Amino acid sequence: MSKTNKFKIIAIALVAAVVSVNCDNDDSNSYPEANLNFTGTFVQQDQMARPAINTVFIASGQPKDDFNAAIPSAMGAKYQSIFQSRLLALNSGFTTNALGQTAAQFTGLLSTDVLNVSKTAKTTFFDGTNVLTGRALADDVIDVELLLIFGGSTGASNPNLTKDNVNANDKAFGTTFPYLATAW
Amino acid sequence: MILGLSLVAVSGLILVAADHIDAPLTASGSAIDITDVYAFQGQNTSNLVFAVNTQGLLSPGATAAAKFDENVMIEINIDNNGDNVEDLVIQAIKRDDKMYFFGPVAPGTTGTTSTIKTAAASGSVAISSYGTAALTAEKNGMKFFAGPRDDPFFFDLGQFRAILAGTATGFKSPGVDTFAGTNVMSLIVEVPKAMLGTSSTLNVWAETKKKQ
Repeated sequence: MSKTNKFKIIAIALVAAVVSVNCDNDDSNSYPEANLNFTGTFVQQDQMARPAINTVFIASGQPKDDFNAAIPSAMGAKYQSIFQSRLLALNSGFTTNALGQTAAQFTGLLSTDVLNVSKTAKTTFFDGTNVLTGRALADDVIDVELLLIFGGSTGASNPNLTKDNVNANDKAFGTTFPYLATAW
Repeated sequence: MILGLSLVAVSGLILVAADHIDAPLTASGSAIDITDVYAFQGQNTSNLVFAVNTQGLLSPGATAAAKFDENVMIEINIDNNGDNVEDLVIQAIKRDDKMYFFGPVAPGTTGTTSTIKTAAASGSVAISSYGTAALTAEKNGMKFFAGPRDDPFFFDLGQFRAILAGTATGFKSPGVDTFAGTNVMSLIVEVPKAMLGTSSTLNVWAETKKKQ
């Protein structure tokens, strides 16, 4: 057996060993994707970004299906006025929120359902300093939204409606990938 | 009256937050129903993590049987220039017992109709089973996970419904997490920020798209 062939066999054995202990790491050079069928046309069924937005602001039934099938670039024109009506139904005393937004400005932001994400700042829905720079797992997004809907310009209005007093998840999150906790 | 709500208005506001079971076409347990979307810096702050949860309010007893659907592609949409039109997509779809990922890559067409960008295959991961350790995969700096997780969302939805129905005037203290003890089917991908364009901010949303 030539040195080259010995080397090849050793190399194959090493590769096989690596593959066998890392069978969940897709680190081989082959692309199994090439042998599978991914053809076809796929059509939007649901769309989501900010938490609870379309469920709060869009009526049940067909309107929700319509919103779920909408694309963000078309949402503002179609849904801002609907969102504003909903906001004022929820809080007829709404003038401005703690971000200084009028009903039109606030619903103009919300009706385009995207998550604003920073690549440079801390990523959070709101942490007292950063506003809408992402959504972290532990963010109390509902309290943020309740405060902006019910809390008035200072955040102090309607104190019994501006927080739900559920402040954390029922399981601790991980610090490493995949971060989300194991299932119950 | 703080809530200024007529019964007519309330009837249109049966809220099932965050987006759990949010419409007739995205019924409970459906693989097309997105419950929540998360976007946050990874442990390595040069990376962003995207998590898309589907099939909300799975009880522990129902979780082992929950499956991803081979006809439903989960698509993370990323807008780099603030026009709320996707410039990049990350697509994921199940084949057999694995989840396959494509992108980040420019979509063939933007909007409600997509094809899978097979030329931009980025990796795959074995779908984790209920009750076993998370199976993860890593390739070219990206990390992948698909499988059941605890629902990270928390909210006293029951009390909020009571407020909307006029049978309560405020939240309880402490509140009751309606989503405690329930699971979701999660798709989680960690991506180097350098693969997400050169803009300092992104607009991100998730979609489920069904094969026609």
